Amino acid sequence: MAARIDVRKTYKLYIGGAFPRSESGYSYIVNDAKGRFVANAALASRKDARDAVVAARKAFGSWSGRTAYNRAQVLYRVAEIMEDRRPQFVQALQQSEGLTAARANAALDAAIDRLVWYAGWADKLTQVVGNANPVAGPFFNLSTPEPTGVVAVLAPQESSLLGLVSVVAPAIVTGNTVVVVSSFDRPLPAVTFAEVLATSDVPGGVVNLLTGSAATIAPWLAAHMDVNAIDLVGVAGEQELATELEVAAADNLKRVRRAPGAEPDWTASPSLDTMTDFVEIKTVWHPMGV
Amino acid sequence: MGIDLTYAPAPESRSIVDLKASYGLFIDGEFVDGHGSDSSAFKTINPATEEVLAEVAEADAADVDAAVKAARRAYQRVWSRMPGSERAKYLYRIARIIQERGRELAVLESLDNGKPIKESRDVDIPVVAAHFFYYAGWADKLEFSGYAGSDGSAPRPLGVAGQIIPWNFPLLMLAWKIAPALACGNTVVLKPAETTPLTALLFAEICQQADLPPGVVNIVTGAGETGQALVAHPDIDKVAFTGSTAVGKAIARSIAGTDKKATLELGGKAANIVFDDAPLDQAVEGIVNGIFFNQGHVCCAGSRLLVQESIADDLLERLKRRMSTLRLGDPLDKNTDIGAINSAEQLARIRELSEIGESEGAERWSPSCELPAQGFWFPPTLFTGVTQAHRIAREEVFGPVLSVLTFRTPSEAIEKANNTPYGLSAGVWTEKGSRILHVAGALKAGVVWANTFNKFDPTSPFGGFKESGYGREGGRQGLAAYLKTEQGGR
Repeated sequence: MAARIDVRKTYKLYIGGAFPRSESGYSYIVNDAKGRFVANAALASRKDARDAVVAARKAFGSWSGRTAYNRAQVLYRVAEIMEDRRPQFVQALQQSEGLTAARANAALDAAIDRLVWYAGWADKLTQVVGNANPVAGPFFNLSTPEPTGVVAVLAPQESSLLGLVSVVAPAIVTGNTVVVVSSFDRPLPAVTFAEVLATSDVPGGVVNLLTGSAATIAPWLAAHMDVNAIDLVGVAGEQELATELEVAAADNLKRVRRAPGAEPDWTASPSLDTMTDFVEIKTVWHPMGV
Repeated sequence: MGIDLTYAPAPESRSIVDLKASYGLFIDGEFVDGHGSDSSAFKTINPATEEVLAEVAEADAADVDAAVKAARRAYQRVWSRMPGSERAKYLYRIARIIQERGRELAVLESLDNGKPIKESRDVDIPVVAAHFFYYAGWADKLEFSGYAGSDGSAPRPLGVAGQIIPWNFPLLMLAWKIAPALACGNTVVLKPAETTPLTALLFAEICQQADLPPGVVNIVTGAGETGQALVAHPDIDKVAFTGSTAVGKAIARSIAGTDKKATLELGGKAANIVFDDAPLDQAVEGIVNGIFFNQGHVCCAGSRLLVQESIADDLLERLKRRMSTLRLGDPLDKNTDIGAINSAEQLARIRELSEIGESEGAERWSPSCELPAQGFWFPPTLFTGVTQAHRIAREEVFGPVLSVLTFRTPSEAIEKANNTPYGLSAGVWTEKGSRILHVAGALKAGVVWANTFNKFDPTSPFGGFKESGYGREGGRQGLAAYLKTEQGGR
């Protein structure tokens, strides 16, 4: 009897909680680390990027308005579901990054642990980076961090899951919503991650995932007037492109996390800057008196 | 009747200020002539009289380079190696000298800027001294600032900071820039605004009196080109700029692709929201302070009054009555509320936008107000019938011009308040505590004044959301602008 023909998955974009194909109708071939065909991924277009920004903006008010405790629980639940889907992620990591089973498991461990670490920050960052100010007068004076808004994230090209989680989690834990451009050559773990988000408690639109070329999509995100910030780590080492994006980002004074010269070591413990670069300190004054 | 209640003139003496005919640049601890020809020197005038106060050198690229080199040498050889406790003592010295020479600084600031002496004397200069005093204390406590390395070590300074400041609060903006930079161990090259260089040059003298090591503070005077040369200099590590959003964007573009860090404190179009349960007389004082303080030359000025419809008539009547008592005139007179507009250029801009306001259909009102024949003056002005699409509701006028809009519900007020690309400050007036906290939370602004306005303190961080720029000045958070904060992984 012939072997069963398996049912393959279509890898799509993730925008506003739905999984559309690219409106452009384009896709591109994704190979595994050894160059064998794995799938046709959706090739996100300028229009997809704009749709994603609209979805992110729409989700911002509700997500940033949730209690910090609730955001912590939502992110923690993402970690739970990733753990639950271990075999799928391990397979995707082996395929994408050419890792041994042991290394793929270690990368997944690190990604889950990173998510748990950031989840816990939701209701602590305000205490660590905010403070009361003893002004020289009869005033109550308090400074607290607030999310910047919609953040465009160019996810790292090499570390397709740990790197992705390491740039998405710090942006959303504080209440931002994001439009993520995944690794071009290794997009499939990101799509699987989006499927985890869709089946967890993360509201649609909080994370929007575009698979495709950062060089093609990022200029539209960098110049988009309703995007408040951009993380350029996905174009690490591409100095010319990174500079062009930073120039475009100045049109509405986006907060920019610059591209490093090479992809960072994602296993290192993160700095607070991963979160504080995409928050705004707000200071409120009120007189004191009877 | 018959009792004369007008004020007699009460001018502050200007004899305390000893002005030189011309000033050079302050580089490496000395006043030096610039490379530019004598003809490139520019005059700084008293905007209240148009009298020339002094000639000031215009620094060219070679001068800026000399200043940056001096700052780099001082950074490497002296300042970054000095224990924080020693840096602190220099900053304390500077704070004390500012207090000692406070009246001289206040008079000079009012002469060069046009602001009322009661503001320069009671606000600008005391806050300048307080700012140095506050950051002096941080210099030897940086390991406790929250920005320490993962091993608990003191965070490192950035290096040489290029700083560019505006003309509206000349010495105060200098203090906001120099005090935290020096406390963190950086050295600086600062360019004051071309229309208000004199207190910065007097500050250079104060650095000499304090025996501050040469090169730690360098002052290069000039206009836009001098600023561009400073921003573009390859050996600065940091740009700190306060000024217009347009220039802020140009700076962000010009440092793209470099390792230079930036803090940008830019324009604003703050909403000042008055609810129907607000204490109206206090609110009127807050509105007046919000827009007429410093002739409205304030980036965080409350230039859009959003008043709840049910009280709009009552509030406007009280506001107009109060505006009629504002005294406009000689900045050195102790009873003056509204001084001179800083420059002919700025006056033209205020006039142009006010005329546009009228032509777009808003109704203009000013109290009867005699303007001096000499100098640059604009009466306190309000516009009613303003819509959100009007240019006077969208663009920063940077003058004593208030646009009045109305709203019915709190959510409408919040939406209108946030309907601007700016996000520097906002005000909210209501007796209801829960409403204050709700509205303050919903406003996209870096500073929210509730039942008060235009309050500043060295301990309190200041800076904007959105196109009002990024980074904070003041407070603990103000240290981050001058430290290497990224520790550990990305």
